[in-house]
Amino acid sequence: MEYFLELFFGGLTRGSIYALIALGYTMVYGIIQLINFAHGEIYMIGAFVALIVAGVCTIYGLSGISILILAAIIAVIYASAYGYTLEKVAYRPLRGAPRLSPLISAIGMSIFLQNYVLLAQTPDFLPFPRLIPDFAFMEPVAHIIGSPELVILVTTMVTMILLTLLIKKTKVGKAMRATQQDMDMARLVGVNVDRIISLTFIIGSALAAIGGVLVASYIGQVNFYIGFLAGVKAFTAAVLGGIGSIPGAVLGGLVLGWAESFAAGYISSDYEDVFTFGLLVLILTLRPAGILGKARKQKV
Amino acid sequence: MKKITVLISTLTLALSMITVGFAADTIKLGVAGPHSGDLAPYGIPAMKAAQLVVKQVNANGGILGKQVELLIQDDQCKPEIATNTATKLVTDGADVVLGHICSGATKAALGIYKDAKIPVMSPSATNPPLTQSGDYPNFFRTIASDDMQAKLAVDFAINTLGVKKVAVIHDKGDYGKGFADFAKQYLDESGKVEVVLFEGITPGAMDYSSIVQKVRRNKAEALIFGGYHPEASKLVSQMSRKRLKTVFISDDGVKDDSFLKVAGDAANGAYMTGPRDLSKIALNAAATAEFQAEYGAEPGAFFQEGYSAALALLNAIEKAGSTDYEAVTNALRTEYVETPVGKIKFDSKGDAEGVGFSVYTVENGAFKELQ
Repeated sequence: MEYFLELFFGGLTRGSIYALIALGYTMVYGIIQLINFAHGEIYMIGAFVALIVAGVCTIYGLSGISILILAAIIAVIYASAYGYTLEKVAYRPLRGAPRLSPLISAIGMSIFLQNYVLLAQTPDFLPFPRLIPDFAFMEPVAHIIGSPELVILVTTMVTMILLTLLIKKTKVGKAMRATQQDMDMARLVGVNVDRIISLTFIIGSALAAIGGVLVASYIGQVNFYIGFLAGVKAFTAAVLGGIGSIPGAVLGGLVLGWAESFAAGYISSDYEDVFTFGLLVLILTLRPAGILGKARKQKV
Repeated sequence: MKKITVLISTLTLALSMITVGFAADTIKLGVAGPHSGDLAPYGIPAMKAAQLVVKQVNANGGILGKQVELLIQDDQCKPEIATNTATKLVTDGADVVLGHICSGATKAALGIYKDAKIPVMSPSATNPPLTQSGDYPNFFRTIASDDMQAKLAVDFAINTLGVKKVAVIHDKGDYGKGFADFAKQYLDESGKVEVVLFEGITPGAMDYSSIVQKVRRNKAEALIFGGYHPEASKLVSQMSRKRLKTVFISDDGVKDDSFLKVAGDAANGAYMTGPRDLSKIALNAAATAEFQAEYGAEPGAFFQEGYSAALALLNAIEKAGSTDYEAVTNALRTEYVETPVGKIKFDSKGDAEGVGFSVYTVENGAFKELQ
């Protein structure tokens, strides 16, 4: 039972990070039907910015959780700026182009950002400080669920609640939903579609940056390549849950996290990825639009 | 003009005849390895090492009163060329051969030397069966074979740490899995230890909490990991986060400063095998200095091993008192020789005793050589 719980929380932690990143993929896809392949790189940039902020903060004598919060805020601002610029530079000029063009542009930006960080920073692995302290009250269960896992779970949960509120309750959220349903109609009723698209990129990037900071302080290392691998997994999660669906991204992330954790724990970590992608194939065979995805009729 | 050319050619021919005429009075050291092509950087340093050694030996009057002559042949690290190279060296009358460099080329050439009864010594071929199969009694090497690290790590775990249950994990790569396979084989053969877990992990995965929990569940006292430092530092960090007391043992790929830097405090108490610290050996520094004086650059890969092999071969001929095959191989197995890789002799299978790896541990954020 204890072993089951250990794997359960391990999978939950991993899955909630996947979910956080998957939200960015799914939101962007929902609005402009683009797979933003550079999204993983935003996650990586978030982690790097946090590393730099953490370094500076340590010099000024701040410590632990206060650095984490400050680093996360600055990483979110930076990553949002990157997301906004990315959309402006790489996708907006291609708005009317065939769907493959922005996709290629996205892959190009992904390669560009990776190599930019490689050149501007380093190709090596860098140590990321342990910003999440070990809380004393977690010590009895630390081997099942430690303080970092707790912080990750609480943060992702709060973030997702805020996102849901934003989309369901605010005017901006309503505009986003309208744009998702029908961009032309939304424009006709006075929604500034370009602004909403920019905002979607900003929100998605902010979520990715939060994910980046959390993972980096949990794992303790960053590298220019982490975004690619995390991005692939999160994209899988988004597809699994039904791309374009926000609850689907969260569910997809969690299912993926658990699948990996239990497959590695009960079967063999040799076949971790085999089970994950086997599950993806299975679900897509049964429900081609993903678990919560709605098969949309192509508008002609 | 034409006459002069003819004259020069004739003279050259005549001179070469003279060389052949004196051939019986030199000791011929064949050197084979990649001297052209993309793998040349692995072969040229050993060739230059041989040239330096021979130059010095000849300046001091040679061996057994004879000058040493080098026969250099390029094999491009290709097995099909290596057989030609070997045949050429045999026909040219090489007494001993320093080479080949790549394991594949070495294996292809060895049979030819074996039939011709020529001792061969490689500075770089690490493929374990070359010595362990027993097929090539004429083969020696001045570098540790691939499985030496695993053997050392396993011996350390069993004899020094006294563990009974071991988990073996690897990164699914050639290097890491190779190490892990050998470790498992030696653990099983020892009969004293139970391998409770043998699995691969995905390099670059977000975290390794599942495998860490699995190690705990299987009550492994030691974790032997085959792979590189990024995964190793993730593993040790997560083990410390999960309050796991399992001892971490790994390989040369982890003995890197990045491991110390990235894993931080979690690295303390980890063990890893790595090449022995050779910087304290006087001959090592001397050989490097000699190379720098001659070529004004850093020696490169397998220079020290090549230098050692040349010294060991020539020393064996001197001790044997002749170039007789039996006498020379016997001398290689019994006579110690001072070389840049330490004071060595060869075991019955041809591996150099005392060459190779040490166990290191991490203490206060720095590597420390044990034993």
